[in-house]
Amino acid sequence: MGIDRKTVDHVAWLARLALTDDERERLREQLSSILEHINVMSEADTSEVPATAYILPVQNVVGADVPWTSLPTDELLANAPDSEEGYIRVRAIFGEE
Amino acid sequence: MAELWQLGIHEAAERLARREISSVELTRAHLDRIRQVEGSVRAFVTVTDRAALREAEVIDRRRQEGEALSPLAGIPLAMKDVLSTKGVTTTCSSRMLERFVPPYDATVISRLKDAGMVMVGKTNMDEFAMGSSTENSAFFPTRNPWDLTRVPGGSSGGSAAAVAAGEAMGALGTDTGGSVRQPGALTNTTALKPTYGRVSRYGVVAFASSLDQVGPLARSARDCALLLQAIAGRDPLDSTSMDVPVPDYVAGLSGSIKGLRVGIPKEYFVEGIEPGVQRAIDEAISTLKGMGAQIGECSLPHTRYGVAAYYIIAPAECSANLSRFDGVKYGFSASGTGVDDLSSAIAQSRAQGFGAEVKRRVMLGTYALSTGYYDAYYLKAEKMRTLIRRDFDQAYEQFDVLLSPTSPTVAFKLGEKLSDPYAMYLNDVFTIPTNLAGTSGLSIPAGFSDGLPVGLHLMGPAWGEPTLLRVADAFQRETDFHTRWPDLDGKRGKGKRSK
Repeated sequence: MGIDRKTVDHVAWLARLALTDDERERLREQLSSILEHINVMSEADTSEVPATAYILPVQNVVGADVPWTSLPTDELLANAPDSEEGYIRVRAIFGEE
Repeated sequence: MAELWQLGIHEAAERLARREISSVELTRAHLDRIRQVEGSVRAFVTVTDRAALREAEVIDRRRQEGEALSPLAGIPLAMKDVLSTKGVTTTCSSRMLERFVPPYDATVISRLKDAGMVMVGKTNMDEFAMGSSTENSAFFPTRNPWDLTRVPGGSSGGSAAAVAAGEAMGALGTDTGGSVRQPGALTNTTALKPTYGRVSRYGVVAFASSLDQVGPLARSARDCALLLQAIAGRDPLDSTSMDVPVPDYVAGLSGSIKGLRVGIPKEYFVEGIEPGVQRAIDEAISTLKGMGAQIGECSLPHTRYGVAAYYIIAPAECSANLSRFDGVKYGFSASGTGVDDLSSAIAQSRAQGFGAEVKRRVMLGTYALSTGYYDAYYLKAEKMRTLIRRDFDQAYEQFDVLLSPTSPTVAFKLGEKLSDPYAMYLNDVFTIPTNLAGTSGLSIPAGFSDGLPVGLHLMGPAWGEPTLLRVADAFQRETDFHTRWPDLDGKRGKGKRSK
């Protein structure tokens, strides 16, 4: 089953990837070809098979309620592209900047 | 007499303890070796030479003062650049994280620091650990020390090449679908993927969280045991690290495998294995038989679905994990044309910061999770995962370990598989099922095909590391493949030539 350009555009939007036209076309071909291989799965009857999302038999692991010191703000902000007075600076979300 | 950089970790640890050598000498020998061969191998993204010498001096001083130290104290090691290192750039070989300096250490790093390791550098990898050749590094490809025109495997190719070339005595990598074991096989090193939950993932930049596991690479099973000993065990900072007792891995290396039940999964030997690889594996099987192992055939009927299920599950998890890279909190941030609001800034940062393979997997994973396709792909893949896991459960009722080649081929040429993503994915056909089942696996040197290393893959059940390491160590007492060195400078290693 191939995927069309419209699907590629939609998935690129979902993934927040500003892809070029060339990239979109190449990905349409490559994803179609990869999915063709992946479709081998449809040969197996899994109607009675439960899904495994996770292999460990653990649920709701809770940590000890022990206070500890967080990293200093300036250390955490050192990697931010833009910051101001202890906050990360972002572009305006509503209206004009 | 062997050069210092040719020593095994356990030999060096003994000589350090007896104060025949110092950690500064040992570290200098490795830094010199790096200077000598790194121009052709290119295993490292960052070499931390000055910090390494400082750390070595501290260890020597502590030893002088009579302190009892761990066997890893003063040992030069290399860390895959996906493991967060406080104050040292951690790039994941991506433009996205080219300048990212973590404010904390991954738990595996802090545990090795507690043990007194000397970190010589951070190793190159496929970007965000996605790939099987290290060619997906955004910076440069790493070359295989056994043949510089070939890949070292991946994604932990830098770690494997560094160990194979004598630039580090051991290394850590991460294995999501074979990324420790396959480069181990292609570079003649010993490489272990522990059981999911055996080693903390805290501070490991996440690729596929239900599959990722940190594992050691070294030049012997004994050295891998020493490394695993230091990193294994419950970590309160990773709720998926299990509270299962950590055995003494080195003490378990008895040298005997009498009566060991070895299963050969028939579905792993159907097609695509190179004749030279098949020959080496057949010889390894006779060696194991001669050592007292009982060999029998077994069946893992759902093997053929492994790669397909993996290439839904891993991309799906990666698409979620990599959504954190938005160019806002850290990492590459796009500016200039096409960037006029927050939403375009995010989409441009991701498009420019990620390389082709990462984008391909993010797209594939996003597609598989999107409305209308979830049941057909993601849910289906998780059901296949159940079937693959049941196959292993049944096999391990009859057998202690299972055996296959680690990779169907020896190291391939740089560029050879870049144009066909699925051909590249098939490199991991024998290693992927272990990750899907969450069980343990190990690759050891098993011979050469036209001068290129062949890896033997031993698979074990969950928490099967002691058995895998015991078998690997016993095999290495019978064989000398793991002691051979690539010819990087016209100067031979331990006097043994590769064929």
